[in-house]
Amino acid sequence: MRLLLPAALTGALTGPALAGELRVEVEIPRLNVAEYHRPYVAVWIEQPDQTAVATLSVWYDVALRNGEGTTWLKDMRQWWRRAGRAMEMPADGISGATRPPGRHATAYEASHPALSALVPGEYRLVVEAAREVGGRELVRIPFQWPPEAGQTLETTGSHELGAVVIHLNP
Amino acid sequence: MTLFRSFTATAAGLALMATLTTAAEAHRMWLYPSATVLSGEDPWVTIDAAISNDLFYFEHHPLRLEGLVVTGPGGAPVDAQNAATGRYRSTFDIQLTEPGTYRVAIASSGLFASYTINGERQRWRGTPERFAAEIPAGADNLQVTELARRVEAFTTRGAPDTGALSAQGSGLELVPVTHPNDLFAGESAQFQLVLEGQPAAGIEVEIVPGGSRYRDQVGDWTVSTDAQGIFTVIWPEAGMYWLEASVNDDNPSFEGATNRRATYVATLEVLPQ
Repeated sequence: MRLLLPAALTGALTGPALAGELRVEVEIPRLNVAEYHRPYVAVWIEQPDQTAVATLSVWYDVALRNGEGTTWLKDMRQWWRRAGRAMEMPADGISGATRPPGRHATAYEASHPALSALVPGEYRLVVEAAREVGGRELVRIPFQWPPEAGQTLETTGSHELGAVVIHLNP
Repeated sequence: MTLFRSFTATAAGLALMATLTTAAEAHRMWLYPSATVLSGEDPWVTIDAAISNDLFYFEHHPLRLEGLVVTGPGGAPVDAQNAATGRYRSTFDIQLTEPGTYRVAIASSGLFASYTINGERQRWRGTPERFAAEIPAGADNLQVTELARRVEAFTTRGAPDTGALSAQGSGLELVPVTHPNDLFAGESAQFQLVLEGQPAAGIEVEIVPGGSRYRDQVGDWTVSTDAQGIFTVIWPEAGMYWLEASVNDDNPSFEGATNRRATYVATLEVLPQ
């Protein structure tokens, strides 16, 4: 069972968008389970053939001593297969601490290396969450880059992820 | 020695062979890694080794660790740690100090002979080196089989690589086309079988999904190698799989042998999408 945060709490995160950007919101649901750990979450961009072209965020337990948090990066199986195992973690501008339940937004300007390197075409934003002693879930949102008009695209996970929303601005 | 080529035998291998050719012959032997895909700076895996009926449950015999060779990503041997053999299984650990793929193998080779002397049937196991000295001159009905057996599993820290996976050129071996630690449900994988380093054409490969205790049927199936020794497997679902192929023919490398039997076994993990 999961409880979504009231809209009033999340409204602050959805302010006006800057021009030429991709804004990603990931909701981590509050779960009523006996043993709760914050999920590890990876956010990346893939081509329709599932080739990963850019990793945007990896939230994991960066504070554990001796980099022990990296032990569980493999549990984000698809990200690990498509991108993670070829990357060095922690990675500047990509890795960060795990997040509590709630709605978390990150904005990437068009000049961000992950976006400026994209050739125009179809892509999918992928969010994968894996929780210690819990489950794993992955959702995808297809989008076009660069965007021709302002657009909001949304999907929802069913257990480890809540709403996943992208705002595209030309 | 000109009697044989590319033929290696060790006392350790023979000890294993003794197990393999008796009670265990009809059962399945396997190495079972606790994980095949690992991340982080200092991962370990623990590996069980057993000979069983059900996969992958240790309920019959331990697979003894003589002949165990762990090969690291650079191709150099890696020490197995905390090795022990119990009633039903052997177990050991591997520390994955380097990124890349580790091959875990228990291999053996040697000769098996049967003959009659003074009207009594005798059995003998040994190396090609000992053969001439130990088979008595008056032996009749001498039948000599050359045996090679290789049981393998693979585990990878970080990105998979193939530095540990090159064929040794002896017995029946698996050469990856698809990496053995990059297998996913619904996808197909290709591997090559080589015999004495040469493509093994027309060999049947049996594939058995693990977890048979919870099924009424074994659920196994067979594929064959093509002219290049290549076979294709489409993984129906995620899980651990056991794969076995063997060759029985009358083309041994040891001149005094009449036939050979080479067997290859691997445990492969298939992950969900």
